[in-house]
This record gives sequence, C-alpha cells and structure tokens, in this order.
Amino acid sequence: MKKTLVAMIGAIALSTTAVEAKDWEVVRLAVDVPYEPFEYKAPDGSLTGFEIDLGNAVCEEMKVKCEWVIQAWDGIIPGLLARKYDAIFSSMSINEERAKKVLFSEAYYNTPTGFFGPQASAVDPAKPDTLKGLRVGVQRGTIQDTYATDNYSKVADIKRYTTGDDLVVDLHGGRLDVVVIDFPVGVSTILEVEKGAEFKVLGDNVQLGEGVGVAARKRDGQLIEMFNKALATVKANGTYDKINDKYFEYSIKK
Amino acid sequence: MYETIENLLANNDIFTLTTVLGYWDGLVMTVQLVFLSLILGLILAVPLAILRASDNVLVSRSVWLFTYVFRGTPLLIQLYIIYYGVTYIEGIQESMFWPIVREAFYPCLLAFVLNTAAYTTEIFRGAIVATPRGEIEAAKAYGMSDAKAMTRIILPSALRRALPAYSNEVIFMLHASSIASIVTIIDLTGAARDVYAKYYAPFEAFTFAALIYLCVTFLLVFGFKQWEKRWHRHLRPLS
Repeated sequence: MKKTLVAMIGAIALSTTAVEAKDWEVVRLAVDVPYEPFEYKAPDGSLTGFEIDLGNAVCEEMKVKCEWVIQAWDGIIPGLLARKYDAIFSSMSINEERAKKVLFSEAYYNTPTGFFGPQASAVDPAKPDTLKGLRVGVQRGTIQDTYATDNYSKVADIKRYTTGDDLVVDLHGGRLDVVVIDFPVGVSTILEVEKGAEFKVLGDNVQLGEGVGVAARKRDGQLIEMFNKALATVKANGTYDKINDKYFEYSIKK
Repeated sequence: MYETIENLLANNDIFTLTTVLGYWDGLVMTVQLVFLSLILGLILAVPLAILRASDNVLVSRSVWLFTYVFRGTPLLIQLYIIYYGVTYIEGIQESMFWPIVREAFYPCLLAFVLNTAAYTTEIFRGAIVATPRGEIEAAKAYGMSDAKAMTRIILPSALRRALPAYSNEVIFMLHASSIASIVTIIDLTGAARDVYAKYYAPFEAFTFAALIYLCVTFLLVFGFKQWEKRWHRHLRPLS
C-alpha cells in the first residue's frame, strides 16, 4: 500500500514536471489580418508581411513549427486565454492593462503613432483646441484609442471602429476629420492608395506605449523565454534588419 | 448564477459610474433608434400593405419586389451598403444632404426603416387578405366605396389581428438594432463593446448589456399583452 502511494506520488510529481518543461513542437501564432504592412494577404491568398516574416524567422531560431491562426483583433486576447492558439504575434503594444491578462516578451518593434487628415485640414495634434468639434477616428481598444480619448474627448467626437479598414474607408469617404493610427499602417492604407493624394500627415508623430511584444498565457513563461532568446538572436545576427529593410525605409527595431 | 451576479457587483473595477452612464447613453440611443425605425416603418408599411394586397398585379408585384429584396438579404449587408454606399455617390460631399448622411445615425436609420417596413408590409398584407369575406360584403351592402370599406372596415380589423405578429417584429427590431454599433453608433451593444475593449472583460460587458435588453423586451412583451387584451376583447372566447 505504502509503495503504491509512493509510486503514485512519484508519478504525479513526474507528470507535473513534464507539464512545466513542455516541449514546444508546434506553436500557434494569432494574427489580425489585414494590418499592412505587418500582416496581410498576398494576391495568391498566402499570408505575408513584416511580422509574418519575423515570426517565421524567430520560429526557425526556436526550432519549432509555427502555425498562423487568423483572429479578429477585438477577440484576440480572449482567444489566447481560451487556448485557440499559444501566442499573439500581431502588433500588440505592451501596456499595463493587457499585462494583467497576458505575459509579454521583450518588445520586438515600436512604431510611432501618426495623425492623418484631408489636405485642407488645419489640425495640429499637439494643440487639442484645433480639433474642436471634429470627428476623430480610432480603432477600438488600441493605444491610439486611449490616447485620443485622454487628449481629445473633451473637445472632439471620438468614433471607434472595429477594424482599421472601416476607419480608413470612412476617412476616405469624408466621414472623419482626423484618424489616429499606427504611422506605417496609416502611410500604407491612407496615403499610398488611389485616393491618397487628398490626404496628408497632420503635425508630429508621437511615441505611445512600450513597443510591441509577443503575448502568451501567463503560465507559459517558458515559451516567452524562448521568444526572448530567439528575438535577441535575430536582432543581433542581421536577420531582423533584412526583414525590416524589405518592408520599411526606416528602422523600427526596438 | 448567484456567484456570477455577486462577481459582477463586486468587480468595481469595471462597473464604475462612468461605465454605467455609458450603458445608459447606449440604452437611450438604442431606444431612439428602434422607436424611430418602427414609427417610420409603420407609416410606410400601411399604404404599402394596401398596395401589396391590391388586385392590380403590376402594383402588387412591385411592392413584392421591395419586400422580397429587404427580407431576402441580411440587415447587416443592407446597413453596409447604405452606410458605405452613400459616400460613393458623386458630389454627395458638396450637396445639402451631406451633413445628414455624414452622421452614422441617419444611414443606419434608413436601413432599419426600410427593413422593418418590408417585414411589416408582409405582416399587414397577410391580415388584410385574411379579412373575412362577410365583413367586406357587409360593407358593400351598406353602400361603402372600396376606399371607405378599407379605412372603416378592413384596416381596423386587419391591424388588430396583425398585432401579435407585429409585436414579434418589434422585438426582432430591438435585437437587430445591436448591429448599429458596427458603424460607430454607441448603442447598448456599442457601450458594451467599449467596456469590453477597455477592460478586456467580454463576459461582464456583454452580460450586463444582455440583461438590459431582457428588461426592455420584458416591457415590450408586457405592453403588447395589455394592448392585445384591449383590442382583442371581441376575439376572446366567452367564458
């Protein structure tokens, strides 16, 4: 009897250590598509973009197989917690609120936030008074949403959108006066398109947040460690710079 | 269940005064939107139902086409087409309609009105067609013209009989209005989405909104029941 008990305890102890030291063979990564140029679909339907290339390079470094899972932004954290995938690799800015729910890796890039509006606009984002009575569009739940709400909600009307696409369509359609969005995303979706010539960058960009990191469930500290190590390697060995130069004219390395 | 409610109440991180006021504003917006849609839809639906029940095939078929299109496509798609579609009309931004169309509220209202008008038209048409022959013959025997028979005999009786089916449409409309939040309108669902995005608490945010919808639905069901009691007195069996 005693022996069985000891054996059982031993077995339980063994199995718990086995869980802790889980060998990751496949890591499922969530992305919100499209978010050009970070992740979007090529004409043939395949996923491409800065984060897709970087993610694949990091996975190669970690010697795991990575599977990309497409998930809409507003459900991306609940989806992680519900184990639909193992990590979020989708331009998620590190912030305090999110850190309560998920575990972040070191930042792997940081981009400025930009302000976009029609050519005739006289808005200066640094002076909230110039936004008086205007409609300011943001993507709901982003750090830009928080920034616009904190700075402009007293003078302007903040419109929150579910996807970045809807936001851009409404700026092009004339429903919005100002769009606050991640700068590179704004450049490629607002300015570098057919109607782009009618719009411009307003004022100076601002740096929000602590940069973008990989997010995983709190219990998967080991996975985050793996990401940190692999990210440090690709940043140091030139792989990161190569991917950076493929998509951007400037460095977004952090 | 009790634990859930206790959790909801104890979690003061989320249900602060600002949040609750946000829900209140959302409720006001939902009620406004649904009420206006239903009233305008009703005003459209009565004449359309008369035309739809007409013996003239051309008239009846053209109204049928309208109801078929709006009942045959999802409301969400109709909302997208109207909301985004209007901005593509040439010269709309310079026209006098732009200040109205620019607001998310009016394109959304238009989509809701047309949709509920289509459903209500078919409900009323059914009731008009089902008017007992005897009532119509009696009206004719009294020497009433077709128009007079319609306004005095057929419509009053048909609209009363349509009440239970119409009450369903009202409740469907209330629930369908939750898609208004897609086009930046902060209705009840929009308020819940804001809370969800701010606190990453989908369960609490949407459960609270669902409870409010339940309360409004309860009021509607209760109201219609009273109304039916009054208007259907003549249909109740003698006990």
